[in-house]
Amino acid sequence: MIEERFDAIVVGAGPAGNACALTLAQRGLKVLQLERGEYPGSKNVQGAILYSDALEQLIPDFREDAPLERHIIEQRLWMMDDRSTTAMQYRSDDFNEEKPNRYTIIRAQFDKWFSKRVQAAGALVICETTVTELVQDDTGRVIGVRTDRVGGFIKADVVVLAEGVNGLLGARAGLREVPAPKTVALAVKEMHFLPQETIEARFNLKGDEGVVIEAAGTITKGMTGTAFIYTNKESLAVGIGCLISDFAETGETPYGLLERFKAHPSAVPLLSGSEVKEYAAHMIPEGGYRAIPKLFGDGWLVVGDAGQFVNAVHREGSNLAMTTGRIAAETIAQIKTRRDPMTAENLAIYKKKLDESFVMKDLKKYKNLPHALENKHLFTTYPQLLSSAMQTWFRVDGVEKKAKENAIVKSFFSARRFTGLVSDAFSMARGWR
Amino acid sequence: MHIVVCLKQVPDSAQIRVHPVTNTIMRQGVPTIINPYDLFALEQALQLRDQHGGEVTVLTMGPPMAEDSLRKALTFGADRAVLLTDRFFAGSDTLATSFALASAIQKISETWSAPDIVFTGKQTIDGDTAQVGPGVARRLELNQLTYVARISGIDFAERSVTVERRAEGGVQTLKTSLPCLVTMLEGTNTIRRGTMHDALRAARATVVKWSAAEAGIKDLTKCGLKGSPTVVKRVFAPTPRSERAQIVDLTGKSNEEMGEALMAEIFARSPSLESALEKMAAGY
Amino acid sequence: MSNETTAKTPAPQGGRAGMKKELSEEFKAYKHVWVFVELERGQVHPVSWELMGEGRKLADKLGVELAGVIIGAPGEASKMAAAECFAFGADVAYVAQHEALAEYRNDPFTRVFTDLVKTYKPEILLLGATTLGRDLAGSVATTLLTGLTADSTELAVDADGSLAATRPTFGGSLLCTIYTLNYRPQMATVRPRVMAMPERREGRIGRVVEVVPNLVESDIVTKVLSFLPDRESSKSNLAYADIVVAGGIGLQSAENFQLVKALAEVLGGEYGCSRPVVQKGWVPVDRQIGQTGKTIRPKLYIAAGISGAIQHRVGVEGADLILAINTDKNAPIFDFAHVGVVGDATRILPTLTRAFRARLSVNRLAS
Ligand SMILES: Cc1cc2nc3c(=O)[nH]c(=O)nc-3n(C[C@H](O)[C@H](O)[C@H](O)COP(=O)(O)OP(=O)(O)OC[C@H]3O[C@@H](n4cnc5c(N)ncnc54)[C@H](O)[C@@H]3O)c2cc1C
Ligand SMILES: Cc1cc2nc3c(=O)[nH]c(=O)nc-3n(C[C@H](O)[C@H](O)[C@H](O)COP(=O)(O)OP(=O)(O)OC[C@H]3O[C@@H](n4cnc5c(N)ncnc54)[C@H](O)[C@@H]3O)c2cc1C
Ligand SMILES: Nc1ncnc2c1ncn2[C@@H]1O[C@H](COP(=O)(O)O)[C@@H](O)[C@H]1O
Repeated sequence: MIEERFDAIVVGAGPAGNACALTLAQRGLKVLQLERGEYPGSKNVQGAILYSDALEQLIPDFREDAPLERHIIEQRLWMMDDRSTTAMQYRSDDFNEEKPNRYTIIRAQFDKWFSKRVQAAGALVICETTVTELVQDDTGRVIGVRTDRVGGFIKADVVVLAEGVNGLLGARAGLREVPAPKTVALAVKEMHFLPQETIEARFNLKGDEGVVIEAAGTITKGMTGTAFIYTNKESLAVGIGCLISDFAETGETPYGLLERFKAHPSAVPLLSGSEVKEYAAHMIPEGGYRAIPKLFGDGWLVVGDAGQFVNAVHREGSNLAMTTGRIAAETIAQIKTRRDPMTAENLAIYKKKLDESFVMKDLKKYKNLPHALENKHLFTTYPQLLSSAMQTWFRVDGVEKKAKENAIVKSFFSARRFTGLVSDAFSMARGWR
Repeated sequence: MHIVVCLKQVPDSAQIRVHPVTNTIMRQGVPTIINPYDLFALEQALQLRDQHGGEVTVLTMGPPMAEDSLRKALTFGADRAVLLTDRFFAGSDTLATSFALASAIQKISETWSAPDIVFTGKQTIDGDTAQVGPGVARRLELNQLTYVARISGIDFAERSVTVERRAEGGVQTLKTSLPCLVTMLEGTNTIRRGTMHDALRAARATVVKWSAAEAGIKDLTKCGLKGSPTVVKRVFAPTPRSERAQIVDLTGKSNEEMGEALMAEIFARSPSLESALEKMAAGY
Repeated sequence: MSNETTAKTPAPQGGRAGMKKELSEEFKAYKHVWVFVELERGQVHPVSWELMGEGRKLADKLGVELAGVIIGAPGEASKMAAAECFAFGADVAYVAQHEALAEYRNDPFTRVFTDLVKTYKPEILLLGATTLGRDLAGSVATTLLTGLTADSTELAVDADGSLAATRPTFGGSLLCTIYTLNYRPQMATVRPRVMAMPERREGRIGRVVEVVPNLVESDIVTKVLSFLPDRESSKSNLAYADIVVAGGIGLQSAENFQLVKALAEVLGGEYGCSRPVVQKGWVPVDRQIGQTGKTIRPKLYIAAGISGAIQHRVGVEGADLILAINTDKNAPIFDFAHVGVVGDATRILPTLTRAFRARLSVNRLAS
């Protein structure tokens, strides 16, 4: 048998791996992409938001045949206590534009479609194949991968780790550390199927319009995290996520939290009568800028979630995954054209390019936020205060308005001393800046 | 030896949902799989090839996306894949399906070589009729061996094959001559995991795609809706039982009391059972 | 039975359903209802009599005759089968006898059966969906180029006299009603135990039509070398048992599954299981109950650690009394069981076994 050798092997067929393999194949490199799932997307938590920009750079005409669910015209932010919800809602007809900016997607379908494009560009894509090991030579340089199939050693000049949040391969090879529980959130998600007409009626939608709800408050039982409801065509993606370290500390189960969220009086009418089909759990790296591991070395690169490229504040992940995947591919192609070896030294351009891109700039901007979000008052005291303030304000009961104002202010102070309030506000502001 | 394996891409029926109002199948997010029974057939075919040499051709009639299933079959180690796809095939019942498949097998014979054995699964999980195999056999006048649990021997000199067939109440050992059609029973083997080499080969392979005309079908009235004598008039959801089970509360009961309480509940609802059991006990 | 390969819903209302009935002259001569009587090794499969009961209703509705078709070796068994046909409601028995038909083989049976159909022209043809019936029905339908509805769960004739065969589709999530509008005969198979056993009427008689098939053994390529009766299933009678105790994957281990067998034994019943239990290898496949296993109609069905998926449900709905034991109060099995216990089956099964054993041994002493 002739020994197989590729210019590049991409491990994983999520958004990061697909963007990378596509770009490499488009530039004429001999690419092999390995995915452990039955098909690309099969291992991915379904139902997500796609930001057009990153994909547009890769596939300008993606809107023509990509499996998009709904374009988002309305965003709701819910601050919840156990019985009430204070909401902010922004809806605009401006989002009904020719090339909408955000879509809901179902990852299983989207990743599959994406992969078809990757294959059409000329990359070899093999599923149901797990990369078990990075093969290194005596100098520690990565020279290929081993898979769980018989005859599974394949050589490549460079291996791109697009393996997602677990990052086991890199860690096993001693190239990077396993992410700490404090920087990883565990999210659980369900798909609630409802007839299209029902969804459109419940959310006041027509055609492909969609709504996104992000929720925070006592639903997470004081843990750092948020819940969400996304509208797809015939289903709602409903989920909740919290830091793994918090789960460990509180003994709460993700499933228990999700049940609580679904049973909340504000969620019930949106979900009632639905048929629940999939339940999935997935991790999200939320450590932000400070948690980014070593990104390259001799013969290897890290892209996407494996590199902690997630903007937890804006719930951006797949776009950073695609962008880092693309930039990695461009770097490799550039080195290849120069016929240079894939050494750490040469691959360092990748990091440089990232620093210049929005990816690193955004992550840097929020570098203190993960820390600020650890302040538990955000998820316990404040939602309750807000709720009782709203009640005091809206209830017409013969009490004069001035007295109501005073009561509200007083309730905030009695719950959290002045210094506490100021420092909470300050650390949040710093995180956002 | 040349073996043809007919396999079908089916929706994973465990994940199918029904629209509560229109009673139509909601397919969003329902993954497709290779009909599980067909994998037993494929593995049997691959084993025969490994023992006796030759090649395995996999054949599917289905929409363009059925190519995924064929490619997967190549990953398992099949040598060649043929996809029969044409809008004229839409709405085929078992008679029309077996006509199309038989025509394609004819064409496969002309293009490469006539198969010694055609394999199908016992049945599909969506059509679920177990009739396509016999239909193909009849049309090609192949000796028909259904519900085969084991191929016990093949003699190429004699061109004969011996199989164990699951019959009612026992196992028939049948001997017939090649060419024949075998429908494989479940649980006979487990599909292998292809090697890295198989996987690479499958990723590079081209699936042969034939339209009705390319498969040599001239009479289109035998295909699809036109060629299907059966007509589906009505689709509806099963009526649910009106009441849920009455839950017997056993909290606080000792193990002994639990058994007693449940037995009493059973006998209260079915007095005839009580007397039947008593009779049985008396008859010991 | 839609074997559609396209990814669409079967039977878009108004699609094929819109097709008109235009029976050609050739087919107008087709009359009467036939039931294939499955005779093997001297015994008739009970499904044939279940079908005879169903066939009687159809024939009465249509005002035509009901016939049983017996294909087998010359001898007593065939004669007795004919007499049984009448006892179960047939007006006519077609009896085709030949040495070459002693054991079931597809080729001679298909030839004899299709010849009979071509000669006597029945309008409806019913067979049991057994390994024999399905093997034969597919060949006969293809030879006659007519429609066949497999695994029907309900048979009826509608106003214009067409056979309406209803069967599950898409893994049991839906039912569909299928017609064979423009071809004859209209064929259907039905699984054992789906239809109720009709009452046997002693002394009822009918007309016997003897047929001598034109067969030569040396022309038949396929030979039966041996037949090995199932050792276990000669005892096992799952489909026809009055009491069935079944376990699912909720029992967690093969050892725990013994608890199911123990209870079944004390009750003098049979044990069964859900599909994953077979896949785990705890129990042989002939013990599987459900869509791809056996259909049962016992007086009492006890399901332990079974969630009650639709594929399982369709196999047990004919039971008179269903008792479900499951730790999950929301398990779908409680939607169709009559009595439920929310609890650990590994704990509850032994208590039941003990209770029944105590009760039955007291009785034994008393008698
Ligand atoms: C509940 C939830 C909601 C989210 N919502 C959004 C959202 O709305 N918008 C957004 O932009 N982002 C969202 N994200 C984040 C987003 O999903 C990720 O950032 C993105 O998927 C990262 O892409 P990736 O390609 O790096 O990793 P992944 O998508 O995780 O892909 C990694 C792939 O590698 C494969 N793999 C892993 N190890 C191996 C191996 N050893 N061998 C072979 N294959 C392997 C895996 O099977 C997988 O397919 C969300 C995440 C979660 C959990
Ligand atoms: C095409 C097709 C055909 C199929 N055909 C069949 C068929 O013929 N027959 C069949 O059965 N299935 C069939 N299936 C499979 C079917 O869909 C279900 O997967 C299967 O019936 C589930 O088996 P189960 O109830 O044992 O397991 P599960 O669904 O996993 O349920 C186990 C149950 O045990 C309960 N449990 C756990 N621990 C305990 C305890 N200690 N005590 C009591 N209860 C406990 C759980 O709450 C749960 O409800 C088919 C599927 C497909 C796709
Ligand atoms: N569209 C198809 N393409 C290829 N093979 C098929 C197709 N439909 C049915 N078969 C084969 O016929 C067997 C029986 O199918 P069915 O009669 O639908 O239960 C299956 O197990 C397949 O091997």
